[in-house]
Amino acid sequence: MKVLVCISNVPDTTTKINFNDDKTSFNAAGVQFIINPYDEIALTRALELTEAQGGTVTVINIGDPSTDGTIRKALAIGATDAVRINSVPRDAFFVATQIAAYAKDQGFDLILTGRESIDYNGAQVASLLGEMLDLPSISIVKSLQVDGGTATLEREIEGGKEVISCPLPLIASASEGMSEPRIPNMRGIMSARTKPLTVVEPVEVPNLQNIIKFEKPEARGQVKLVNADEVNKLVDLLHSEAKAI
Amino acid sequence: MSVLIYAENSKGKLKKSSFEAASYAYSVASMMNTDAYAISIGEVSNEELEKLSKYGIKKILTVNTAQMHSFVNQAYASVIAEAAKSLSSDVVILSATFSGKALAPRLAVKLQAAYVDGAISLPTNDGAFTVRKGAFSGKAFADVSMSATNKIIAINPNSFPIAENAQTAVVETFVPIVKDTDFRTIVKEIIQAADKVSLPEAEIVVSAGRGLKGPENWGMIEELADLLGAATACSKPVSDAHWRPHSEHVGQTGIAVSPNLYIAIGISGAIQHLAGVSSSKVIVVINKDPEAPFFKAADYGIVGDAFEVVPKLIAAVKEFKATHA
Repeated sequence: MKVLVCISNVPDTTTKINFNDDKTSFNAAGVQFIINPYDEIALTRALELTEAQGGTVTVINIGDPSTDGTIRKALAIGATDAVRINSVPRDAFFVATQIAAYAKDQGFDLILTGRESIDYNGAQVASLLGEMLDLPSISIVKSLQVDGGTATLEREIEGGKEVISCPLPLIASASEGMSEPRIPNMRGIMSARTKPLTVVEPVEVPNLQNIIKFEKPEARGQVKLVNADEVNKLVDLLHSEAKAI
Repeated sequence: MSVLIYAENSKGKLKKSSFEAASYAYSVASMMNTDAYAISIGEVSNEELEKLSKYGIKKILTVNTAQMHSFVNQAYASVIAEAAKSLSSDVVILSATFSGKALAPRLAVKLQAAYVDGAISLPTNDGAFTVRKGAFSGKAFADVSMSATNKIIAINPNSFPIAENAQTAVVETFVPIVKDTDFRTIVKEIIQAADKVSLPEAEIVVSAGRGLKGPENWGMIEELADLLGAATACSKPVSDAHWRPHSEHVGQTGIAVSPNLYIAIGISGAIQHLAGVSSSKVIVVINKDPEAPFFKAADYGIVGDAFEVVPKLIAAVKEFKATHA
């Protein structure tokens, strides 16, 4: 089985978000970058499947050379090889177009992404890729089993789940529950240094939309504390003041 | 030129989010001096579909063939693209539900459209068509201007009020061209807890954390949620410990919610959790630690032990409901 896992390089989840003075770009000063947590779930599941059934796991990232650390981490966790499309990701459409251009002739059986990146939260790349490569795509998948040429997936829906059957090749976006991410061991970290990382130049992508401004939400006002012995008062406030019940 | 909504249903009933999309589409259509239409896919009666006219929709297309009764994002995207072309719709509005998010990017590629997911504002009327959405998992907003001719906006559930703008609508059966390859995925089974309020769409959310000490103590959380018609949720450590399912995990790496009321019980308020709840309209925090960071992000708070406060809160809500029935 030949698997491609798409990984994003994102600010660590504990990061306080700040923007540059132009308000259109993220201020990366002092920020620790990690593999997008959902992508790590996808990567781990890809490794579990190929360890059990044979095959290779390639990771792909769209980024400039500064993302190599994140790519090496994916190799340390266990990916076979890596591809970096040498460009700064503009938006989901840009990213998906680059991945589709690389993947179209490679014969992947399975292409996995995370359900969304924790920076732009688009949740788009899996479905965009599906359409660009004319393959089925299943979003927000919490369980993925492969048996021969067919996969069985559980997709999250409002208040429950859907069990889906789909022939390979397919694209799926991973959610919590699909796997438990692994910590790379020393052998993995050592071998990651010598695993192949191919750098590919990007293709041109039309510009359909632009982020013109980032802004941080306003802080909430001072919290109103209610005494633990006067819980009725909280219910009154929620009704008459907050109009929430 | 027109505005088209995808009116999503659940078991034959239009979702609340579909009425939000209709109200939003009416505002966008008014801004563009045009009309708002709808496309429904699946087993929905014409009588049910006509409800959309109350919220500004002038024409409703329906695709009700057996092939379309279960959701396949590729096929649904094909149908909506065909409908948009046949109605000359250059703006498509849908709701950022699980299904909406799964089909909209495919639709965007088919229509060569700009696409903003999780919109929380109407587009600007200055020619730039700028829409605001959440970014960095609730830690920021991004304003996105859509320059392509065709535009798709998936609106955040619970972010726009339903507004009445009565129209006289016609319901027409639509016959789209679909390909066999649109149906490669097959839905085998749908497992749904019938009586549960769905978390992403809930107007009130009752959420609990490690302060509850163990999964056996969730009875009072569920009782409070039932009383309020709320969905239940939890923090990451709770779902990581398998006390509650992952689908209840609210936060940066879980579900982002924007209910009218979020009640957090025994959750300290780590930055990752706050990111997932920051767009809630009113936040109540119950925690025994007065230094819990969550109090800084809350509107109302009670410093006290969950095992003492929650039963009192249940009693108080019961009393409130008895007098305000």
